[in-house]
Amino acid sequence: MKTETRAEHFEAPSILGTLLRRLHIDIPLFIALFFTALLSFIILYSAGGQDMNILYRQAARICLAFILMTALAHVNPYQFKRYSALLFGMGVFLLLAVLIMGQIGKGAQRWLDLGFFRFQPSEMIKITTPMMIAWYLSEHALPPKIKQLAIATVMILIPTLLIAKQPDLGTALLVASSGAGVLFFAGLSWRFIIGIITALGALTPIIWHFMHGYQRDRVLTFLNPEADPLGRGYHIIQSKIAIGSGGIYGKGWLGSTQSELDFLPESSTDFIFAVFAEEFGLFGCVSLLVLYLLIIARCLYIASQAHDTYCRLLASSLAFTFFVYVFVNIGMVIGILPVVGVPLPLISYGGTSIVTLLAGFGILMSIHTHKKRLSRT
Amino acid sequence: MPGTYPFNDNAVGNRLFLQRIVAAFFVITLLSAALIVRLIYLQVVGHEHYASLAKENSVKIMPLVPTRGIIYDRNGKVLADNTPSYSLDLIPEQISDMDDTLQRLQKLLDIPPDKIDLFEKQRKRQKRFTSSSLLLNMSDDELAKFAVVRPYFPGVDIRTHLVRHYPYGDLAAHVIGYVGRINEAEMKDLPLAEYRGSTHIGKLGIESSYEQILHGKTGYAEIETNVQARSLNTLSENNPEPGANLHLTLDIDLQKTAFDALEGYNGAVVAIDIKTGGVLVFASRPGFDPNPFVVGISNDAYKALSQSDDQPLYNRALRGLYPPGSTIKPFIALAGLEYEAISAPQKLFCPGSYQIPGTTHKYRDWRKGGHGSVNMNQAITQSCDVYFYRLAGLLGIDRMHAFLQQFGFGEKTGIDLSGEKSGLVPSRQWKQEHKNRDWALGETLITGIGQGFLQVTPLQLARATATLANRGNTVMPFLVDKIVSPNGTQAPPRPARQTIPLHSANIDSVIEGMVNVVHSDRGTAKSIGWGIPYQIAGKTGTAQVFNIKQNAKYNENAIDFKLRDHALFIAFAPVDDPQIAVAVVAENGGHGGSIAAPMAAKVIKQYLHHLKAAHEN
Repeated sequence: MKTETRAEHFEAPSILGTLLRRLHIDIPLFIALFFTALLSFIILYSAGGQDMNILYRQAARICLAFILMTALAHVNPYQFKRYSALLFGMGVFLLLAVLIMGQIGKGAQRWLDLGFFRFQPSEMIKITTPMMIAWYLSEHALPPKIKQLAIATVMILIPTLLIAKQPDLGTALLVASSGAGVLFFAGLSWRFIIGIITALGALTPIIWHFMHGYQRDRVLTFLNPEADPLGRGYHIIQSKIAIGSGGIYGKGWLGSTQSELDFLPESSTDFIFAVFAEEFGLFGCVSLLVLYLLIIARCLYIASQAHDTYCRLLASSLAFTFFVYVFVNIGMVIGILPVVGVPLPLISYGGTSIVTLLAGFGILMSIHTHKKRLSRT
Repeated sequence: MPGTYPFNDNAVGNRLFLQRIVAAFFVITLLSAALIVRLIYLQVVGHEHYASLAKENSVKIMPLVPTRGIIYDRNGKVLADNTPSYSLDLIPEQISDMDDTLQRLQKLLDIPPDKIDLFEKQRKRQKRFTSSSLLLNMSDDELAKFAVVRPYFPGVDIRTHLVRHYPYGDLAAHVIGYVGRINEAEMKDLPLAEYRGSTHIGKLGIESSYEQILHGKTGYAEIETNVQARSLNTLSENNPEPGANLHLTLDIDLQKTAFDALEGYNGAVVAIDIKTGGVLVFASRPGFDPNPFVVGISNDAYKALSQSDDQPLYNRALRGLYPPGSTIKPFIALAGLEYEAISAPQKLFCPGSYQIPGTTHKYRDWRKGGHGSVNMNQAITQSCDVYFYRLAGLLGIDRMHAFLQQFGFGEKTGIDLSGEKSGLVPSRQWKQEHKNRDWALGETLITGIGQGFLQVTPLQLARATATLANRGNTVMPFLVDKIVSPNGTQAPPRPARQTIPLHSANIDSVIEGMVNVVHSDRGTAKSIGWGIPYQIAGKTGTAQVFNIKQNAKYNENAIDFKLRDHALFIAFAPVDDPQIAVAVVAENGGHGGSIAAPMAAKVIKQYLHHLKAAHEN
């Protein structure tokens, strides 16, 4: 540990380095995130039909998200731990409020209208769920016992089911995996993990029963996209054509033909990876994946260096969830997973997810940069 | 206890945790590798296949939008069809000097600069070989002007597309409804494949409630396109199925008669074919022109409609809630006979007002001096209020509630339009639930003359009248008679009729009173009874809009028009073989007999005249 601390002292002697450290910013993570955001602009300019307005709006959101990240990086992780349960409880309460208001109104509703902006409680719960589980498990000895596992599972299921009911399958999946991630890093035994995977397989027919018509359509379309070329299968067919036609080196920036003429729907949101793959080819795709893996590796490293259980569990789970984002989105765009509404992290157009993601990285930075103080207490 | 050896425990925890981090990173790398394998499969192995799909032989799937079904009235007159609309389209690629072309077009057709700007914006977003519209919905004048000089404008052309058109404008806008651009909220609930390429959807009336049938089935064409996605040739076509045509029971000529008769008043006229339940007239005034809604109504025009005090967008026939006033009396009278609360010849004395014994409140009769001693026939004929106060008192609210419900009051008629209101027949339970008070006797009395909490729609009134004329065999109103498609003709499903158990003699007594309303010297609607070769049974009604203070006198001229009483009339004819039932509500009309009854008479006369003519042919 001591060598590590010293290394940090030598690492950034410049004024900028000092400033960033004062800001509690983790430089490697910050640089990787910054490049990803830059990449987002480059792809969006092409995918959005060279509409500058889209870029301005995305820029505004990214700025807001970076500010929030810096602010959270400033907060001592002890405070996150302290307010975990409260924030989680608030999140669940707001989810219930949205659900009830949605039923009083009509149809699906995911947000609360706060006048100046629309707040999605499901976004907040993406972070507060792993916080809650991490807090709960860190209060007990690890690895967790059956009783704690059962309680933690219930705590994960409550927000997951509430969000699935909205219905927002993609977010529900992310929330569930963020909670499950904590359990995994807490040392859930492998036997359990294999048991749960088997049980989930057996539960498939029951899950099918509870799905909405359009969700079933998506699964069926995923299994056989050619059956419905005008409808749901359209997304997947067009997306595969776009990606496949990109080849190894791609068609070059602004060179995509598939998204240009509206062949590819949702080309700037959930299916933006298809545009990227068409323009930058396999080479670009692998590079992007490597960039993502670097971010994840840095986050896992931060987790491994954290000094207390809460911080470790939270940091590792946030890193894991980030990967789930990447995997589910790219998986659905390249046709190996069913289409659920999960954006490509940091790159897809759209506000809320980018803010939540960077808030998560803010917490990671806070965990990494507050280590010394925390270890003294 | 683990807590007592923090150091040791930490070491164990450390190792386990680091193992997990490594395991997680291993799994993550493995899954990433899976993504890369799939990408290699698509981008290296399948590259040629997908590239040919995307490049030289890229196949574009083009939706082929079906033509929307046409709506006819009962005599085959077109109520909604698709008419060609012309737009001026420019293909940038074929125009050598765009600025010059635009300038010349602007001079020729007097195009406002904002349309040029809009076109320029649109053009920049599109490929050079796709056309953009400069003018939409061109007038004949503009078409003619351009047609002459067309050879001098290469790359500029007139394009035709179909636009929904409602030839009768405001006459039946509420029933037929209209189509409008699909909005985002509607998009979410629509079947994606079916509406790919469709721009419009039924928003109101029949257009909305029969949307699926009118829309048809979308087909698609597979079109081979070149590297810039320019269409080369069509590979295969899966033809769309046009929407089915609808034949309504509505008689648009009769609708016009009713609509014109209402002139000067807001209100509604509903007429029903008693034999079938088919709705002949469904007029709501003021109407509105549905045509601007199809092409996109301007904000100002929409504001003017939606914020007007006369509420032209409001379908009064379907959704207007009115106190039925005295038009409820025949049903109360029938209830009195059926429950044996009174007999038809039994006379009650009317001194001009009624007081509940032991109270001071005076329930007034519309005639200050009273009607004297009247039997049921006279009470209906002269619309004696005191008779019905007393009859209501004898019946009680529970029996009135049950009886009126049988005639469909207080519930939706189930007509094939959405947004219908169910009205209200009050009961003890309702008052307890909604007002948190016990039912009062005074409320029973005023329910007997159709005031108080009682609320009905014009459609419900017409339906109840038709059911009475049909001697208790309930009439279920509907608008769509036939659905005609290439696959054949079918009738939409209709709710089953029921029979209200009634005594024939009792029905006769009530109808006799209603005949006298029109055909006797003392009848409140005797003006319409002259010189017709058949008998009309009717009942006038005047519904209070506001309460007159005790001891004050209702003075029509002294009060604001908007606070004047509503004039109502229900009728059916001919009495010996009932064909048509009509309900009229003229808001602020003042008197049912003088204002509403003549409106109904016009509709009845015209319909029976045509029926006779058709029969003789």
